[in-house]
Amino acid sequence: MKVTIDGIEIDVPKGTTILQAARMIGKKVAPPAMCYYSKLKTTGGYCRTCIVKVTKASAQNPNPIPKPVASCRTEVADGMEVQNFTSQEVIEARKGVVEFLLINHPLDCPICDQAGECKLQDLGYEHGSAKTRYEFKRREYEMIDIGDKIKLHMNRCILCYRCVKLCDQLTDKRVHGVIHRGDAAEISTYIKNVIDNDFSGNVIDVCPVGALTDRTFRFKQRVWFTKPVDAKRNCDKCSGKVRLWLKGEEVLRVTARMDEWGEVEDFICNACRFEKKRKSDWTIEGPSKIDRHSVISQNHYEHLNELKVKAMKQQKALGFMPFDKRP
Amino acid sequence: MGRKLLLAHENVPGIDRLDVYRAHGGYASVEKALKSMKPEDVVEEVKKSGLRGRGGAGFPTGLKWSFLAKPEGVPRYLVCNADESEPGTFKDRYLMEKIPHSLIEGMIVSSYALGSNTSYIYIRGEYFYVSRILEKAIQEAYEAGWLGKNILGTDYSLDLYVQVGAGAYICGEETALIESLEGKRGNPRIKPPFPAVAGLWGCPTVVNNVETIAAVAPIINMGGEEYAKIGIGKSTGTKLISASGHINKPGVYEIELGLPVEEFIYSDQYCGGIRNGKKLKAVVAGGSSVPILPADLILKTAKGEPRLMTYESLFDGGFQSGTMLGSGGFIVMDEDTSIVKNLWNFTRFYHHESCGQCSPCREGTGWMEKILHKFLEGTANLSDIDLLWDIQSKIEGKTICPLGDAAAWPVASAIRHFKQEFEEIAKSKKFKDVSHYERLHKPAMA
Ligand SMILES: Cc1cc2nc3c(=O)[nH]c(=O)nc-3n(C[C@H](O)[C@H](O)[C@H](O)COP(=O)(O)O)c2cc1C
Ligand code: SF4
Ligand code: FES
Repeated sequence: MKVTIDGIEIDVPKGTTILQAARMIGKKVAPPAMCYYSKLKTTGGYCRTCIVKVTKASAQNPNPIPKPVASCRTEVADGMEVQNFTSQEVIEARKGVVEFLLINHPLDCPICDQAGECKLQDLGYEHGSAKTRYEFKRREYEMIDIGDKIKLHMNRCILCYRCVKLCDQLTDKRVHGVIHRGDAAEISTYIKNVIDNDFSGNVIDVCPVGALTDRTFRFKQRVWFTKPVDAKRNCDKCSGKVRLWLKGEEVLRVTARMDEWGEVEDFICNACRFEKKRKSDWTIEGPSKIDRHSVISQNHYEHLNELKVKAMKQQKALGFMPFDKRP
Repeated sequence: MGRKLLLAHENVPGIDRLDVYRAHGGYASVEKALKSMKPEDVVEEVKKSGLRGRGGAGFPTGLKWSFLAKPEGVPRYLVCNADESEPGTFKDRYLMEKIPHSLIEGMIVSSYALGSNTSYIYIRGEYFYVSRILEKAIQEAYEAGWLGKNILGTDYSLDLYVQVGAGAYICGEETALIESLEGKRGNPRIKPPFPAVAGLWGCPTVVNNVETIAAVAPIINMGGEEYAKIGIGKSTGTKLISASGHINKPGVYEIELGLPVEEFIYSDQYCGGIRNGKKLKAVVAGGSSVPILPADLILKTAKGEPRLMTYESLFDGGFQSGTMLGSGGFIVMDEDTSIVKNLWNFTRFYHHESCGQCSPCREGTGWMEKILHKFLEGTANLSDIDLLWDIQSKIEGKTICPLGDAAAWPVASAIRHFKQEFEEIAKSKKFKDVSHYERLHKPAMA
């Protein structure tokens, strides 16, 4: 099937979504995706950051689709024409989505462990506005410990549902879900039930923001001061292919390896993630390829600072408690 | 004019009982359909009738039924949507409460047409007492052989269940309803697939409104062509309207589609005019989500033609100067009504009812409510009007289900037609509440 995205044509198999087709073409036309996760079924459709304009539905039906569509959940049709970055309407609409995602976000990047590898930070930086128009009190929740390894910081959650789907699809017991509704909805483990199984730690990797973080790594180090390397060990539960985040000889954190779209290559087990924290546990394969586009990469370090300064200014303007005064 | 098909016997004592209902011609359509018609014939009659979904969108029912996938060996389901939660809409309740057998009769004929042997009525939690009425009627129908195995000695069997929801507007959206019926959280599904292909338990499913299903019985009795003679153009048959607000006679009325709006508001047969001799200010014609129209535009179209109670006439002029028939929740506001306060109230509702799956609706509805509340406090600025406009435009059309649109349209239309009211508050920094409700409820103090 032939589909044209931002003027570039590509031939894709039937059943391919617009987002997948765009990713095949490359970064220059691929819409940002906050909730879709190619390795998990039925993800996508929620955040609406990936919306695009279908200017021609198919060869048979040359009419445009009147409303923007979620590219991650819309399959291509032969002869379809799509506008992403070439449509002012899409750019405006996406700006709206980014603003919605940020109005209740605490903008606490300076104290957030995810800073530097946060998809929302990237998104806000690339597709948002510098200033917020939201003047009301932001949503606040208590932090929750999900067992001794994972922290849930609901204030930062964007309800992408990735962790919910992961727990549904990868782990044996479904103890994780969403309670309440609307803007009071929250990720829950049904009243703090511990997600207790071998693959639960993967929720940390699929979380696009700093809502689910690794308690064994929390506040140890800024990620941009650590050195990522790809490493391997023989594991009977998972592939054993991981990424180690090193400071000198010390293993500060173990995560799955990520592909160019920020998605896990292979889900890893909790033993590899939380228990193998010595360099001698691993065979190091070499330095990890970190996307130069990401704010972790040195290139964007200045921008990250800029973003932090911006966030602080915003918070000050909104009467937020200064970070150093926070408990 | 004024023929009644659904509410003809509304005032007959005991019409909620099977024997009385039967004595007034009840269940005739079941006899006719099961004994003398094939399921396809029933679908064909409904197509001919021109009946359109009474739940809000007005989609042709016969066409919808013909989309139902029929794979071999897979059950099909009919689900009746009795979640009726759109503010201003209370017609389904009235029908189910008064004449419960009319819904059951419609369910049997429709289930037969669609080949469903297990059908459900999904009813909102707040209608718990109505569910008891329905269950009692279903029990009577089972005992008399209208439900169960081999109805009327034919080889058609049907089981009918009532499922009570937990009270959520979003569970009226058909895929959220299906999720809830399956025992899950009532989140709308991402479409496609549509229920006609994969609905309840992954099987082909039709979801129809209470009134739509009840209308099938008279259509089979009188024939699709006769039914189509009532009404105008593509708005055929009769429609239940729940009229509320500042009128002399609020209530549920069955009208023939095509009735002039002016007659509906002012004639003694229907709303009986505006209360206390006040002037008409605005109408929300089809439930809280449809655009509000000022008096001049609801009585006459922008072209100056009389506005009629039809799908087409109410929509005349698009959203610039028209509105929608929607669910038939007809809310009338007199000259003392604050449009801003009313809008805040509607918006508060959508904020409260958003399921929270998609970002524009989850975050945008609450934001709009907070801004509107600033108007009530008298702290809003002129720029807040533009901000409201911008937020609604960024919700509309960008969400998973139409609740986002339902939240955006009232805001857009109130600003479109009553901007001055917003500006007055923003300039004077005072919110003058003159609504009847407020006056009635204020403590008597000097
Ligand atoms: C948020 C939302 C709430 C809805 N609530 C109802 C409802 O309470 N009753 C209803 O019949 N349809 C409701 N609908 C429309 C249904 O999704 C569906 O279109 C309808 O039940 C189809 O029946 P019909 O074709 O007979 O109108 C709602 C839709 C949305 C988006
Ligand atoms: S539009 Fe609102 S109610 Fe509908 S799916 Fe999105 S968040 Fe839920
Ligand atoms: S990535 Fe497509 S809607 Fe979230």
